[in-house]
Amino acid sequence: MTRLSGWGRYPGADVALLRPGAPGDVKAALHDVDGVIARGNGRAYGDAAIGTRACLSILALDRVLAFDPGSGRVTVEAGMQVNDLIATFLPRGFFPPVVPGTCFPTVGGLIAADAHGKNHHRDGGFGDQVEALTLQLASGETCILTPENALFAATVGGMGLTGVVLDATFTLRRVESGLIRQQTIVAGNLRAAMAALDEGDAAQYSVAWIDASATGATLGRSLVFLGQHATAADVGAERAHASLAARPPARLAVPFDLPAFTLNRASVAAFNTLYFRKGAMRAGASFLVPHAPYFFPLDAISGWNRIYGARGFLQHQCVLPLATAEAALAEIMQRVAARGTASPLAVLKKLGAGHGLLSFPLPGFTLALDFAVSDDIFGFLDDLDAIVLRAGGRLYLAKDARQSRPMFEAGYPRLAEFRKIRQQVDPAGKFASQLSRRLGL
Amino acid sequence: MNTILVIGGTSDIGRAIALRFAAAGWRIQIAGRDTAGLAREAADIAARTTSDVSVHRLDILSGPSFVAFLDSLGSLPDVAVSVVGLLGDARRAEADPSHAADVMRSNFEGPALLLGELAERFVSRGSGVLIGISSVAGERGRASNYVYGASKAGFTAFLSGLRNRLARHGIRVVTINPGFVRTKMTAAIKLPPIVTAEPGEVADAVFASATGKRRGDVLYVRRIWSPIMLVIRSIPETVFKRLSL
Ligand SMILES: Cc1cc2nc3c(=O)[nH]c(=O)nc-3n(C[C@H](O)[C@H](O)[C@H](O)COP(=O)(O)OP(=O)(O)OC[C@H]3O[C@@H](n4cnc5c(N)ncnc54)[C@H](O)[C@@H]3O)c2cc1C
Ligand SMILES: NC(=O)c1ccc[n+]([C@@H]2O[C@H](COP(=O)([O-])OP(=O)(O)OC[C@H]3O[C@@H](n4cnc5c(N)ncnc54)[C@H](OP(=O)(O)O)[C@@H]3O)[C@@H](O)[C@H]2O)c1
Repeated sequence: MTRLSGWGRYPGADVALLRPGAPGDVKAALHDVDGVIARGNGRAYGDAAIGTRACLSILALDRVLAFDPGSGRVTVEAGMQVNDLIATFLPRGFFPPVVPGTCFPTVGGLIAADAHGKNHHRDGGFGDQVEALTLQLASGETCILTPENALFAATVGGMGLTGVVLDATFTLRRVESGLIRQQTIVAGNLRAAMAALDEGDAAQYSVAWIDASATGATLGRSLVFLGQHATAADVGAERAHASLAARPPARLAVPFDLPAFTLNRASVAAFNTLYFRKGAMRAGASFLVPHAPYFFPLDAISGWNRIYGARGFLQHQCVLPLATAEAALAEIMQRVAARGTASPLAVLKKLGAGHGLLSFPLPGFTLALDFAVSDDIFGFLDDLDAIVLRAGGRLYLAKDARQSRPMFEAGYPRLAEFRKIRQQVDPAGKFASQLSRRLGL
Repeated sequence: MNTILVIGGTSDIGRAIALRFAAAGWRIQIAGRDTAGLAREAADIAARTTSDVSVHRLDILSGPSFVAFLDSLGSLPDVAVSVVGLLGDARRAEADPSHAADVMRSNFEGPALLLGELAERFVSRGSGVLIGISSVAGERGRASNYVYGASKAGFTAFLSGLRNRLARHGIRVVTINPGFVRTKMTAAIKLPPIVTAEPGEVADAVFASATGKRRGDVLYVRRIWSPIMLVIRSIPETVFKRLSL
């Protein structure tokens, strides 16, 4: 038995951990177990990657099966991580088509969550990039799925519940440098932040850091970070070429759990004010940054999930439709600022439509907030859920550890279709996670 | 273009070594008994780099096949590294002679005979580097895994003698003691972080040694092992036998 939890370190459970060494070993590993779920690199925050009895780690399935340097099309085993994709193919002028806010997830995890990047408004989610995938089914058979298949739509965003993704084919984006041309826009309040993100639709990448401590006239003040891959013309051929092969800097580490009081109202508000001022100083003209700090700012500190103390933390990530977003966001930000315990790591982003049956994105705004686990946090988050529900929004399963079943069911209108397909491919419920049990998936 | 032969190409350490040399533009020959596993590694190496990779079947327990195996390589490699090994089940090896024999033969007899055969060919060509992945477990017999340790000790002594003999022929023989490494061999064991290397670090050490950037005939991948083993070697046997290390 192995104690496992998600990135938020809440909740934890003891499960059997299966570790197949190659795709061909997965079938045998799954034989005779149930209550099992695939596990990538454990970057989902809550209980999605913890089986009810067992987890099947796919981390050893990290081989590249094929790469076409002409088109950038690649087929990789599902355990390959984003950082490996970048380290392997950026020197050859290619970048993953969609990356989340950390470089440690696996391709299988990105498909199962239909992860969104800072370019979702333009390019869709990771699932939208996938041209084909191989799925290991509960029956022991494997099948190759393409976007036309109903089972493909259930697998993208399906949180591992249709089977184990063994490999996937997608096309990398051709880039001329490893640098990002970034532009920072200062938004003094929520409306300005949303307007800047609307204008940012034209940019390749956009995301906003939002000050969760600001109140009154500055409620929702933000720094909007727009970016695009710098071209050889932007930076000069020599520098562009050198930047493709540049290695990310060494990482700092949080060596132990910080005491829970480290992140209190005063320290977070002070951090936020400093961060806002510092970011604002770079506002205006565009400047160049390496890709890692632009896409993966938190990865610079390994184990940063320990700053919330030993009880762990929860991320509340909702998406709100365009029409209702402004009022609902204002209400949420007011409550969070009044409570005063949100983390310094609050993110606001615009999303487009999602195409998996359980994909999180819908055209609107998504807000992600972290909270240390405490006795009274659950009731507080239920209140936020009520706001999201009234606005016609929903919560991201890859971040969830606590939403109620009615909240989930109200947010995902294609749930019945998903359940039907799941019933067909896994009638005995071989694949099951703590999340699927909690939400009756 | 230089060529390296990786004997035990399906191991995590062997894979890391092959990728390290491929990234530097070397031609790669990988050998082992699991041909499907080797094909998977070959495709991975070819896709990640632009190197030429060939796959060669080899059972390290089948000594008589070695000549045919070496003839099948096409070209004699510039560097050959033996990564083959078998940890086995230490408890079982205590009482089951056939299992103990497998461990001894996989870590000592097979790799030693094959490197010996390669040494002959390197001598007649007049160049080459032979690298053996041995183990710190071979420096002192311990209750917990002395069959494995003894077989690695035999391998280390063989490499030492071979080195001594080949020194005047300009052929280098290097012994690499990795210390603990995070691989599938040790996936189920909890290893202390500061003395545990990633497979890529072993690969870096092998590459640095093969290309003359790291000197020394016997290398510890993480240098902290050198003082640790100095202490462990110097404990008198009368004391050592009462310890549980
Ligand atoms: C700092 C940080 C920033 C993040 N930023 C973003 C972001 O910007 N956008 C975003 O969308 N997400 C983001 N995430 C969430 C992350 O991208 C997803 O949770 C992703 O699923 C994690 O991948 P993983 O390999 O770690 O999978 P795990 O966490 O191990 O598993 C996640 C889910 O995928 C399933 N799964 C994993 N592998 C397979 C497989 N081979 N076959 C079938 N199912 C599988 C699991 O069963 C589970 O349901 C972020 C996470 C962190 C920690
Ligand atoms: N991991 C550590 O902590 C550690 C520490 C010190 C030294 N080492 C040494 O490092 C080397 C590699 O270890 P690893 O951790 O990477 O373990 P591993 O994955 O178990 O590697 C063992 C390798 O030997 C091969 N092999 C075993 N018997 C064989 C046979 N009869 N014929 C052909 N090939 C055979 C295996 O091939 P198959 O894939 O076909 O089984 C595999 O490639 C070993 O020599 C080990 O003793 C490891």
